[in-house]
Amino acid sequence: MAEDAHYMSVRRMSDALRARELSAVELADVHLRRIDAVDGSLGAYLARTPELAREQAAAADAVLAKGDGGPLMGVPMQLKDNMATRGVATTCASRMLETYVPPYDAAVTGALGQAGAVLLGKGNMDEYAMGSSSETSAFKPVHNPWDLERVPGGSSGGPAAAVAAGLAPYALGSDTGGSIRQPAALCGVVGLKPTYGLVSRYGLIAFASSLDQIGPLTRTVEDAALVLNAIAGHDARDSTSIEAPVADYTRGLEDGVRGLRVGVVSELFGEGIDPEVARVTREAIVQLETLGAIVDWDVSLPTSRAALAVYYVLAPSECSANLARYDGVKYGYADQGERSLMAALEATRRDGFGAEVKRRILMGTYALSAGYYDAYYKKAQQVRTLIRREFDEAFERLDVLVTPTSPTVAFKLGEIVDPIVMHANDVCTVPANVAGLPGISVPCGFVEALPVGMQLIGPHLSEATLLRTAHAYEQATGWHDVHPAL
Amino acid sequence: MSAEEVRRVATLCHVGVSDDEVEQLRGEMAKLVAEVSVLQAIDTSAIEPTGHAVEGVHTVMRDDEPIEPMGLEDVLSNAPLREGDYFRVRAVME
Repeated sequence: MAEDAHYMSVRRMSDALRARELSAVELADVHLRRIDAVDGSLGAYLARTPELAREQAAAADAVLAKGDGGPLMGVPMQLKDNMATRGVATTCASRMLETYVPPYDAAVTGALGQAGAVLLGKGNMDEYAMGSSSETSAFKPVHNPWDLERVPGGSSGGPAAAVAAGLAPYALGSDTGGSIRQPAALCGVVGLKPTYGLVSRYGLIAFASSLDQIGPLTRTVEDAALVLNAIAGHDARDSTSIEAPVADYTRGLEDGVRGLRVGVVSELFGEGIDPEVARVTREAIVQLETLGAIVDWDVSLPTSRAALAVYYVLAPSECSANLARYDGVKYGYADQGERSLMAALEATRRDGFGAEVKRRILMGTYALSAGYYDAYYKKAQQVRTLIRREFDEAFERLDVLVTPTSPTVAFKLGEIVDPIVMHANDVCTVPANVAGLPGISVPCGFVEALPVGMQLIGPHLSEATLLRTAHAYEQATGWHDVHPAL
Repeated sequence: MSAEEVRRVATLCHVGVSDDEVEQLRGEMAKLVAEVSVLQAIDTSAIEPTGHAVEGVHTVMRDDEPIEPMGLEDVLSNAPLREGDYFRVRAVME
């Protein structure tokens, strides 16, 4: 083959499999070899699953040979390591779960299995998805394929780096405050956070349950639509799963943006946003205008800047409740030195969790504790209502809102040590989580040879509009054809 | 934030902390509290709190029909300490 098989889109791989240009086993091997060759310098994978991959690929080849199977049949992928995979270690990049082997599959694992996906391995990440740089992984940091001295973003840094470097054509990440979109932006790939509740959280190791959502990281927008098709839909096992009508997200992808009403969120282009990132993003919006979109260049969402504070109350609070389950009794790390139950519990949690996770558990416990609940958690939920209303009002007259995805391009490993400074990376992405809205990051250019992402946010269940808009932009610009030199 | 406050919170969430960690956490938690204190300036009188941001989800009840639970061996497969078909726990009373 003339083209690099590892940089084919999911769609192209699927077509090649169907046309017998190559087999699913060969395609898996292409990726397994590349992971062996490249991942030593990236750290995008925790567990690799070559045997399982070849087994699943062989099964997919049998289905393909009969002319059956959908677009994901036989196509390899990576799952972020906070999604349960039966029989395959699922660590959340934490010492606490280093030896945990789930006895069940997450809903998305099952759905992709049904679709014929081939699991290459599990994606490295910030411990328990808490971080914006993938440096808090208890095992190894992830490096950005565009510059190995820089972070890939986080917390889905492994998935983003893997997809950008051709170590998987797609991956699933999770997004609590930007953990799909921000690493997608920093690695130059597409990242979609669906509407809260559209994709089942069953088997996603919980971080902040009112915010967590699973979504795809891909190299093209069409691929994101294909993957979303396979994982969206109601699931009775997740009580927050919404009863949304099942849609084919590839339909209407080519319909363009003529007449689309686009709003530029002025608060997220000013203070705290790198001027070059803002400039590149504005150029992308001009491109949307050229394609026929009607752009309002000055939409104000005054409460959106408070979304960061709302997030840094809600997420630690919910994390402290969710992570109470790690008691060293049912599964996970257990201290063996202490003889009493309570002493063992404290030692287990002291040694099993990393510093960032413990800080968030403590902060959340503080915010929820007697005397502080109304001042912090309830207050944050009330401001959350105001943020939702502000979005609702904007979407009465606009179809899509645009911001940069990340305030800066990728920073260097070890560069940001202050948690407050690290939190500022999420300023553009958290508003969508707080309001439960879908958001997509699409590559929109470079600043000093590092990728920049444009974020599109739409009303609840507007994934089709976001995908159509991002696709029109991508096809007009071609950033998705530019790959890092590795 | 006082060292006692940090210790009180650490006890509530059962996370063991050393004296050095307490000192570090005092400063960090004070900064984190300051970070979110901007919320106090926002008028939220008569505003309902939002728990679930997407409309149309209510308490989900299913029909009371038996389903096949996870097998016992699966449930116990990750137990750090096991005794027969039970999770073993350390002594509750000294």
